[in-house]
Amino acid sequence: MPDAPANIFEQQAANRRNTVIVMVFFVLFVGFLGFGFDVFILGFSPGGRGLFGFPIATFAALLLGGFSAYSGLENGARSVLNSSGALPAPPDDPGYRQLHNVVEEMAIAAGLPKPQVYVIPDPDPNAFATGKDPDHACIAVTQGLLDSLDRDELQGVIAHEMGHVRNFDIRLMTVTAALIGAVMLLVEFGSRSLRFGVGGRRSSSERSGGGGGIILLVFWVIGLILAPLVSQLLAMAVSRQRELLADASGAELTRNPAALASALQKIDAAVEPTRSIKKGTAHLCIANPLGSSLDDKEGFFADLFSTHPPIRKRIMILKGMAYQHA
Amino acid sequence: MGPLLILFVLAVAVLGWAVMQYNGLVKLRNQVANGWKQIDVQLKRRHDLIPNLVNSIKGSMEFEQETLQKVIAARGAAVSATGVADAAAKEGALSGALGRLFALAESYPSLKSNENVKQLQEELASTENKIGFARQFYNDIATKFNIAQQVFPGNIVARLFGFSPSELFEIKDAGERDVPQVDLSLKK
Repeated sequence: MPDAPANIFEQQAANRRNTVIVMVFFVLFVGFLGFGFDVFILGFSPGGRGLFGFPIATFAALLLGGFSAYSGLENGARSVLNSSGALPAPPDDPGYRQLHNVVEEMAIAAGLPKPQVYVIPDPDPNAFATGKDPDHACIAVTQGLLDSLDRDELQGVIAHEMGHVRNFDIRLMTVTAALIGAVMLLVEFGSRSLRFGVGGRRSSSERSGGGGGIILLVFWVIGLILAPLVSQLLAMAVSRQRELLADASGAELTRNPAALASALQKIDAAVEPTRSIKKGTAHLCIANPLGSSLDDKEGFFADLFSTHPPIRKRIMILKGMAYQHA
Repeated sequence: MGPLLILFVLAVAVLGWAVMQYNGLVKLRNQVANGWKQIDVQLKRRHDLIPNLVNSIKGSMEFEQETLQKVIAARGAAVSATGVADAAAKEGALSGALGRLFALAESYPSLKSNENVKQLQEELASTENKIGFARQFYNDIATKFNIAQQVFPGNIVARLFGFSPSELFEIKDAGERDVPQVDLSLKK
């Protein structure tokens, strides 16, 4: 991953570009799965006769992959919200008035339209933003966040999420979340069909050409095994550097980094995992919903496997900003 | 033909650059105007909220009639203000009067526990914030607009098409800017 770009336009451009890269990789991966299906299950060989001379599964997989990548972009936000059980917060409800006000304040500070506001009925404090672009953005917070933070701290958290919205992080992270889900499903399907294929397929190994076929099979299996891991790692890398940037954007909007720092402290102190938020969407949240202790450590493995930078490091950076402001 | 072609290519490049500069400036000018309108929207909202607040607390705060009167007077002045500088000064005075009212209301337990008053306070506090953030955004975007007009060579395009720098929203009321003087000497 390259260093975080300095200004917001480069940041937006980088996010748009990375979204395309993620989608292309996904389509290629699905095509690769389809190709394996062609070779090992349908017995496709280049230049063969009849139906099996045409890589029909590859073709179908590419089509399907393209469609689901597109649908991840268009409907990813909806599925992320649904999977976390987020409900729209009625603006007239006195309990949510302040939340709506704070979101509107931050939208004004960022000069963007007000995002839709959602609440997740979960006692653990957490929040995330999702959506296709700043005009179709949603911000979701847990009930626990509303209950445990004061107004300034809530403002800090919403400002952080608004930073994700403004930088186009939400597009990249939402598409990644949607496609991770799809990869999981496909791998499940792929390994099932492989078991089936290997079981009833004694003669087709001869058909697909002995040694070469076996090497291909090994590659296919390795691809299947590694895909979920690689896509998780990708999401984590995507998320980690963006959290620090969103902290900085949030501080720029409120000019009050100390409030976000104290909000992070409270979120950190609530040790319980956010149960409503599934593994595939962890990288969207302001703090790791899995309550992973890895996020508190530094070093190579922590860098590779955590979705968020250590929360204490983030608090330290924010306090540094507050000190400079004073 | 060689030199002519080079000249032609150069001219097209310069023209293209000027068009881009011009469009960029127009976009910024609109954003500045929009930012200004956003401040207006929030100020109007505050004017609409104040009568409600005064009505719902005047029963409990009959001993503070003077403070309430000041808020109402400041609101009246702010509504009828003309021009940017005048509006800024009178809105500043209104903010001050409201601040004093909220500070006084703190000492009335019946007000603090009143749901209706609490909601109104939240709305007014939020509107104050929105005014502040709208100003902040306006100043940021206006600064960007002004810089784009002043840096070389963009200033040539700006001059050519008569762009003028936007005024920043400053605190006109001297009292708002003053840092409170703290006297620590032990005189009696």
